[in-house]
Amino acid sequence: MENQTKRYWKGLEELRNDETFVKNAHNEFGSFEPTNSSENKSIVDGIGSDRRDFLKVLGFGVAAVSLAACEAPIRKAVPYLNKPVDTFPTIADWYASTYAEGGDYASILVKTREGRPVKIEGNKQSSVSRGGVSARAHASLLALYDIEKLKGPKKGDADADWDVIDKEISAQLAKGGQIRIVSSTILSPSTKAVIGDFAAKYPTTKHISYDVNSASGLIKANAESFGKAILPSYDFSKAKVIVGLSCDFLGTWVAPDAFSTQYAKGRKISSAKGGNKSMSRHFQFETTLSLTGSNADYRTAIKPSQEGLVALALYNKITGNGSASLGAEVDKMLDKAAKELKAAQGASLVVSGSNDASVQVVVNAINQTLGSYGATIDLGTPAYFRQGDDAAMNTLIDEVKGGSVSAVIFYGCNPVYDHPRGAELKEGLSKVALSVSFADRADETSSLCKYIAPAPHYLESWGDAQPVAGFYSLQQPAISLIYKTRQAQSSLLKWAGLNSDFYAYLRNYWKANVIGGADFENAWTKALHDGVYEKGAVAASGAGTVAGVEAAVAAINGAYKANASGLEVVLYEKVGMGTGALANNPWLQEFPDPITKACWDNYACVSQKTAKELGIAQDDVVKVEIKGKSVELPVVIQPGQANGTVAIAIGYGREKAGKAGNGVGVNVYPLAQLKGGAVSFSAGEGTLTKTGDTHKVAQTQTHDTVMARKSVLQEARLGEYQKDSKAGRYFPHVVTSEGVKAPGEISLWNGYEKPNHSWGLAIDLNSCTGCGACVISCQAENNVSVVGRQEVINRREMHWIRIDRYYSSDAPVDDLSGLEVASENPEVTFQPLMCQHCGNAPCETVCPVLATTHSTEGLNQMAYNRCVGTRYCANNCPYKVRRFNWFKYFDNDKFDYHFNNDLGKMVINPDVTVRSRGVIEKCSMCVQRIQEGKLNAKKERRRPIDGEIEVACSQSCPTEAIVFGDMNDPSSRISKLLAEEKEGRAFQMLDEINVKPQISYLTKIRNKDVDTSKATAHEGHQHAEHGGH
Amino acid sequence: MHVTSPVRTPLVTGGKTYADVTEDICKQVEGKPTKEWKIAFAISVVVLLYGTCCLFWTWWEGLGVWGLNKTVGWAWDITNFVWWVGIGHAGTLISAILLLFRQKWRTSINRAAEAMTIFAVICAASFILMHMGRPWMAHWALPLPNTFGSLWVNFNSPLVWDVFAISTYFSVSCLFWYVGLVPDLATIRDRAQNKVSKYIYGTLAMGWNGSAKTWARYEYISLILAGLSTPLVLSVHTIVSMDFATSVIPGWHTTIFPPYFVAGAIFSGFAMVQNLMLIARVVYKLEDYITFEHIEMMNKIITLTGSIVGVAYLTEFFIAWYSGVEYESYAFINRATGPYWWAYWAMMTCNVISPQLFWSRSLRRSVKWTFFISVIVNIGMWFERFVIIVTSLHRDYIPSSWAMFSPTMFDIGDYIFSFGLFGTLFLLFSKYLPVINMAEVKGVLRTTSEQLPKKIAGVSKADRLASPAYKKDAE
Repeated sequence: MENQTKRYWKGLEELRNDETFVKNAHNEFGSFEPTNSSENKSIVDGIGSDRRDFLKVLGFGVAAVSLAACEAPIRKAVPYLNKPVDTFPTIADWYASTYAEGGDYASILVKTREGRPVKIEGNKQSSVSRGGVSARAHASLLALYDIEKLKGPKKGDADADWDVIDKEISAQLAKGGQIRIVSSTILSPSTKAVIGDFAAKYPTTKHISYDVNSASGLIKANAESFGKAILPSYDFSKAKVIVGLSCDFLGTWVAPDAFSTQYAKGRKISSAKGGNKSMSRHFQFETTLSLTGSNADYRTAIKPSQEGLVALALYNKITGNGSASLGAEVDKMLDKAAKELKAAQGASLVVSGSNDASVQVVVNAINQTLGSYGATIDLGTPAYFRQGDDAAMNTLIDEVKGGSVSAVIFYGCNPVYDHPRGAELKEGLSKVALSVSFADRADETSSLCKYIAPAPHYLESWGDAQPVAGFYSLQQPAISLIYKTRQAQSSLLKWAGLNSDFYAYLRNYWKANVIGGADFENAWTKALHDGVYEKGAVAASGAGTVAGVEAAVAAINGAYKANASGLEVVLYEKVGMGTGALANNPWLQEFPDPITKACWDNYACVSQKTAKELGIAQDDVVKVEIKGKSVELPVVIQPGQANGTVAIAIGYGREKAGKAGNGVGVNVYPLAQLKGGAVSFSAGEGTLTKTGDTHKVAQTQTHDTVMARKSVLQEARLGEYQKDSKAGRYFPHVVTSEGVKAPGEISLWNGYEKPNHSWGLAIDLNSCTGCGACVISCQAENNVSVVGRQEVINRREMHWIRIDRYYSSDAPVDDLSGLEVASENPEVTFQPLMCQHCGNAPCETVCPVLATTHSTEGLNQMAYNRCVGTRYCANNCPYKVRRFNWFKYFDNDKFDYHFNNDLGKMVINPDVTVRSRGVIEKCSMCVQRIQEGKLNAKKERRRPIDGEIEVACSQSCPTEAIVFGDMNDPSSRISKLLAEEKEGRAFQMLDEINVKPQISYLTKIRNKDVDTSKATAHEGHQHAEHGGH
Repeated sequence: MHVTSPVRTPLVTGGKTYADVTEDICKQVEGKPTKEWKIAFAISVVVLLYGTCCLFWTWWEGLGVWGLNKTVGWAWDITNFVWWVGIGHAGTLISAILLLFRQKWRTSINRAAEAMTIFAVICAASFILMHMGRPWMAHWALPLPNTFGSLWVNFNSPLVWDVFAISTYFSVSCLFWYVGLVPDLATIRDRAQNKVSKYIYGTLAMGWNGSAKTWARYEYISLILAGLSTPLVLSVHTIVSMDFATSVIPGWHTTIFPPYFVAGAIFSGFAMVQNLMLIARVVYKLEDYITFEHIEMMNKIITLTGSIVGVAYLTEFFIAWYSGVEYESYAFINRATGPYWWAYWAMMTCNVISPQLFWSRSLRRSVKWTFFISVIVNIGMWFERFVIIVTSLHRDYIPSSWAMFSPTMFDIGDYIFSFGLFGTLFLLFSKYLPVINMAEVKGVLRTTSEQLPKKIAGVSKADRLASPAYKKDAE
């Protein structure tokens, strides 16, 4: 049939079926061939069809710009294309490794998430560190992500290639001349072997190790006394009487983590039937109030100039000889200590932190007399924590100055900054033809070196350690190299012309020297898995006679004075900052010192009496002058500081550490003395003058005393406790119309059911040494922000757990203004305080938006997303543990710490939200860990096993002062402990307000004689009728 | 009929006629702004702008620009909030409670007092927003349907009660104020010379025609609203006091707070009314309407409420001692003798001692003394809230957390903001709306005004002054 429909055409072209039409027929709109376009018409002329284009472009541009402005920046999460074997997103991998920096040692487990190390925990398999990890070791994780580390080798100030510097350094080394390798203590036997191989290639090589916090005096004394130039092993747990002579063995001396564990073991008591009710007694004689001194039962302040004489007097009193008087207080306490040491023959221990060999010889003689060798001291199993030789270092500086050294290699040390003769070394370094540093940054020493061959962080490196003879541990990388760095060992091997694969070297070394036997592969794998390989100690060995005592006595009598009158300056090491090597670590800078509670500074500690005499007050800037050298720094009034002395911490005043560390405090290393070649932190007599300036010291706690508040802090003396397990406890009562009642008996609250779990913590105040490892552990686990000095001064630090430090006061209970003043030589109590997870939580009722609520497992939870920031909860918190985000602490140039750069943010624990500005945060009792543990158990269709879940603070406590667990599980450690202590030491803070915390405390027991005539405020208070009636 | 009680002192002096009242009050609405008003307004706006800059920075940077810390989580913010809410109490008290008690002297001051209330509540509300860490989430404090499913507000929280109390108070006060304005707006509409004014005031007058029916409705609604707002006068500050009273903090956890806060609020509110009215009286030449009688009446209330507050202070101390609670006792000893002793004694002097001066008749009838003491009272009441909030928080249970608070320029700047806001709003009100309720003043005119000779009664004041004949007669 013919098509009858009309035909329409678009134009004559279609009718004619033009060639051009056919060509474009498939295009709906035909082709636009601009007929009038010409070369000279640009889009901006706005004429013809170009005008339209212009408008289009303009419109698109405006739309695009406004769209782009609205758009949130996109961060791409790239999934694995090929998933690595054994790595599952969101599931943590753990690697055993070793922290061994400058002689500090801890066997650790490294938690990695998606390939990034995010947390360090102690490795309980190590019988050396026993799971103890110091605050500094916890914080060392952050150094891995320090944006200011070098990204590759440097030649002078310029970036260089490894090939280039290898060639140049090798060539320079080949020229001959004296070569020196300078390091801090190296615990790694394989590294020492590498140095040995290097020395074999370049026979003029000499390895010099030195320690800032040197124990070379002790090593020298042992060489003199016993012919063994070693550090012995100590066991504080076996000692019934411990005497510390200026020795901060719980804080900074030699191996504080291990010692803390042992020390606490000897002081664990239990109220259970038949439980241990005895503990060691600890005397401490020291100048500045140290962590150890604050834990001592009897502490006596002495001047540095008396140090040797105190040791000598103790020796004389033990051996029954007469000695010169050191003042009534000191004499009395020395008599008592001597008497009790003798009574505990074979279970006593005297340690001295002195770096003076003659003092240590006398201490050796004391221990020998007391039969400590073979019992609490083991000379047969030497420890290697400090191997530095002060004399050798002195010689080196002389050589460098004299220009007789042609090459010097610095490994893991920064002597220009931290050696008393750093300035001389700095001068001399320019005369050295080849200077190389393995430092990770251009620090005070390495910036003066011709080459920097940066070594990676220990978490990127292979290695091993032998902290104690026969006890080995392995260090394995938990992340591949972040920057173009190379291990120092590889560099040395390379320059020695050997195979630079240190992993192969390490394996071979272990095969040849550590793990004997046929089955190396399996043993190696096991060692790598466990992190440690322990051959075990040889039987403890005693010592023969102590040689050289007479000479030492003569030396002491010559060098020390019983009654020096001048103002003596003493240097000390802080528990957090240590030697200052980690000064660019904001976690450590903001870590409050356990004693002063100050951070972001060092300062001159003076006693109340001395301050009064000199007319100075807290925060006054003073000029401390010794022998022409002077430093200016603020004053902190420190109760317990010996009168007539000034104490200043080392580790500050870094100039080339990085943004966080530079210019914080002042460097006092130059004030240290060299006495007979040994570095002495007793800087000698000096003067202190007021400059008129003030500089506020940032302290997280400014009120020092507990104001006789028994419901906050409860303590007793051992004698009282032995008679009554409830000694020192405080039972408030409320008088009602129906008679006297306990606070818990009358309540407005309905309480919450806890049908499944009831998570809680029990904190033994008697075991807590106040070291603060938990504070940094918590900070790492929970992404706690760093706020900086000014914000700490503003009292806005963010730490979720704090350790309250209280000094005793001499005032009677009713003298409220007197109670504010700490005793001259106070008793100290540490009280870790985190969210108490109250059952009747005052914070929960007042939140208008239900941002903080109660869980069915006894947790007080915080929904950050819901928080509008009224801060009512923080005000209404009786424990003041809630923290407000006053500012945005991440991506904010005003808080230029690790949260302000992408590398630093890699430390963030992905399981924990980073809190935004304007919300409240607080301890969650590591709810992410609880949840993980519960899920793991659920997958295996079982209940969580006690100990399977640990919170960050309990896990990192070296003394097991914090016990975490399910209080609904009667077989859990916490349930058993609380059952034992229910009618004993267990108490909850602020019982009378009936908030029912999930956290319990166990009373602090001091091993002091009960019948002392001088009653302190606490004891006075004990008998007073007081409280909520 | 003009019957004046021979025993009562007149509430309106100067022998006002209805026309006088209309003329006197409408004058400043209709005329060009005076020089004084312009200066005052310019200052207010400058202060507001400065305050706004401070507020902007507070919100941009975060609350860290204030001097607060982990121990003292509230200081100037909530002090200012409670202070402004307290000030806001006088208006409703005057218009509602005094209406119910048939206190006719309130008619001259209720309009301005109510306006003051509304602006003070706005200022108070601004501090509620300001003190939040995330003010952009402020609507979460309202029980609105939300994206979190069944998540509701926490009805246990006094802050939620606050939200209800303040918003109810604000809306009822606004309504009361506006209803009272309607007849006067109609008067201005009827007198308006230009179209714009006529249109605006006409719209606002909502078709008021002055018929008996409209007046009857006006009376009813006034009485109903008075009935509604009377409990609000007591409830708002009661609830504000519960922000503290329901907490566990020593010094806050006190059952005496509700009556003590209400008395304090009326105390400060009346002082603020005095300050404002004494200025308006002079600037707008309203001496005949706001007489010494009014001033004296208000001063008596100030003395009464000041004494109640004083007794409350002493009671707190007694209870702190009598309870034997260690923490409570310490909180009060610390108030009087601790580091913030000066704030406590400033409060005691200003609030307890200064109003007692009004026992002297000559002082309470003196404009200067009244103005001075009113300022002192408001300073004292600010310190009262500061003392309660800061000295209780800064040393509570755990001595390790004890801290001090000191304000920064942003604490001060944000407070200044509220003054700028208040001043600007009040000046706009006083220029564009009648500051005295003409309708109600006319209502009391016949019985309580000063009588003039018959001849000139009914002649407007302006005419009397203009014409020498009347003037002579008047003399």
